Amino acid sequence: MMTAPPPAAPPPAGPQIGADEWVARLAERRVYLPSWLGTAQRAAERVGWWPRLALAGLAGAVLPLAGLGGFQLQVGIDALVIAMLAVGLNVVVGWTGVLDLGYVAYFGIGAYGFALLSSAQLNIHLQAYLSLPAVLVGTWLLGLAIGLTSRRLTGDYLAIVTLFFGEAFVEFTNNVAPSKLGGPNGIVAIDPVKGFGASLNSNTSYYYLLIIVLVLTMSVLRLLENSRTGRAWRAVREDPLAAAAMTIPVNRVRLYAIACGAGVAGLAGAIYAAQQVSVFPTDFDTPILILVYAGLVLGGAGSLAGAAAGALVVMVIYDGLLRNAAESGYLFYGLILLTLLVRLRPWRRLAGVLAATIALGFAAHAIARAISASAVAGGPQSGGWIGSALRDWVIVPANSKIAGNWGFVILVCLLIALVQVDVRTRTILLPPVLWLASFVWEARLVTEPSITRQLMIGAILVVMMIARPQGLLGQRRVESPT
Amino acid sequence: MSDPSVTGTVPVEQPPPVLSLESLSLSFGGLRALSDLDLRVGEREIVSVIGPNGAGKTTVFNVITGVYEPSGGDVRFGGQSIAGKPPHAIARLGVARTFQSLRLFPNMSVLENVMAATYGATKATPWESVLRLPRARREERQARELAGDVLSFFGQRLAGYRWDQPAYSLSYANRRRLEIARALATRPRLLLLDEPAAGMNPAETHEITELIGQLRNARELAILVIEHDMHVVAGVSDRVVALDHGVKIAEGSFDTVADHPSVVEAYLGRDPEALT
Repeated sequence: MMTAPPPAAPPPAGPQIGADEWVARLAERRVYLPSWLGTAQRAAERVGWWPRLALAGLAGAVLPLAGLGGFQLQVGIDALVIAMLAVGLNVVVGWTGVLDLGYVAYFGIGAYGFALLSSAQLNIHLQAYLSLPAVLVGTWLLGLAIGLTSRRLTGDYLAIVTLFFGEAFVEFTNNVAPSKLGGPNGIVAIDPVKGFGASLNSNTSYYYLLIIVLVLTMSVLRLLENSRTGRAWRAVREDPLAAAAMTIPVNRVRLYAIACGAGVAGLAGAIYAAQQVSVFPTDFDTPILILVYAGLVLGGAGSLAGAAAGALVVMVIYDGLLRNAAESGYLFYGLILLTLLVRLRPWRRLAGVLAATIALGFAAHAIARAISASAVAGGPQSGGWIGSALRDWVIVPANSKIAGNWGFVILVCLLIALVQVDVRTRTILLPPVLWLASFVWEARLVTEPSITRQLMIGAILVVMMIARPQGLLGQRRVESPT
Repeated sequence: MSDPSVTGTVPVEQPPPVLSLESLSLSFGGLRALSDLDLRVGEREIVSVIGPNGAGKTTVFNVITGVYEPSGGDVRFGGQSIAGKPPHAIARLGVARTFQSLRLFPNMSVLENVMAATYGATKATPWESVLRLPRARREERQARELAGDVLSFFGQRLAGYRWDQPAYSLSYANRRRLEIARALATRPRLLLLDEPAAGMNPAETHEITELIGQLRNARELAILVIEHDMHVVAGVSDRVVALDHGVKIAEGSFDTVADHPSVVEAYLGRDPEALT
């Protein structure tokens, strides 16, 4: 074969085609923020990946010391578990471009695997330094085996087959071997993570365990990303045919990505099972899949930091902020105000819309009260200062359910109309729509948090797609030819 | 010399060809895309394949690189049959190609595009890569050196700051160059270029003509080129093969093939006066 290639030919004399000075000196032309912010920006650009990751891990670690406890800690744990899943899914979807919709099944398999290895169910009580690696390797191998059965499938076909696989897992755990897997009653009284005479019993300890495992997983994946394996994964995502023509065994590389994603999910499942002390089939159903994908997309598929950050943001919003009425109100009104502030220009238009909205509300409320006292008997459902601020502005009738439902239908119709009409009509329509949105929120949505939070995550994703399609930390991508 | 099998059966056998297609046939359903095609490419030889649209030129490339499996005949590379092998295995043996419609990895950087093509020549397992063990580090360094080397073939055009830019940000001509660089990074013995000058301006076309010659000399490659631009074909070819409807209609030096009546007919149609 070839040995020591001779030096390259010198570039031809005369004007150089394509050797453009402007692009070459692009770095010098970058605009930074003024004063110390610019200095900080420049310094931040020089920091490598591992100091950033360590810093993020440390920031997470000091949160419990800063008074995070009880409910908030549980939210943190759930968020970290979903972040693990998103980071693993990023390998499969973000890097390799394999649309795996059965991903949560590996999470479930990891959880059930750990449960069987450390409970009275099979009367096995393994130490964690044996059971956690066993679960990791087991799910990795299972991912390989299941990937192998569908290795000729790509794209839409693979998505549907894996979706079936995810559902099959739920059915399986519900119906097969109830004496071992517990059926719908699941497995309870699972041992904590224990080893060397110690065991993790508090939520705080699981929080720290998850931070350590997440940081380690992200380090390993980050090192893989910039190796031959990571490049092969991305090449297969970009163009499988070209990748194969460039010596990359496409099927094997895809399988390896599926297995790695499965291993990460399995590990997350094991820790989740130990922390929850019990596992049920419904814990591993489609809602979790949606949350993981929402986190990955919001953070930017293809970006490791983005996947983790997106999942944390989604879970903190979903589980933390949208669980009770008072806090979800801040998010709802805050997002509306923020959107108006950013999008409405010039400022006269913004001021006009806000003033008109406020005036409209008070006028409508006064008229309604004059006609019938029962029309405003309900009052806003959000508590706190938002509730009292809106008392004389939003109309909530005594029986708000039916009115709220109709309001919701009309609101959706109006929102659809709003994006179709021209700017002037939109400006005129905006105050009544905002007022109606507030009515629907106060009358109906606040009292149905389980539905509302799904709507809100959907709305956030829609806003994200318009404002920043590549996700929080993602890179903008162009479509591949195939 | 005294070996009877050589002197007896094979008359004037030159050194074995790098690539030989032996009565190669390919059908898609009822459609015969290639029929009984014979083609040889020797060491350090540049062979051009010409023919009108739909003649089966790119199909020949796809059969050689394993995208399609031939329905008859054989593809031999360095004396070994490669028909029916998967594309990545054929690429590892030393057959590299570029694509008519560019198929880069658009969202990867220029350097990564080239380094991705070293996958087959490297052996570090993922764990070695994660732990940065000696073999992984050495291979990574060699891959980077090789990438720098093949990219420097294009002078300033793919140098310096461009290494870290995503491939989609390159100009059209630079994308074509990057595809050639990526193909070279697989350390091929045979390079298949599918319309390397398509979409290039006259100056760039001239440059690519020079480059193909340099590639052969500097890297000791056998090169098979599909090209429509007759300046390129005339400039680089040792031999020209003309295809029409999957059948070889002429073979020889550029001048012989260009004047060959069947080639003229394939491109321009039959002379109406000759019909009467």
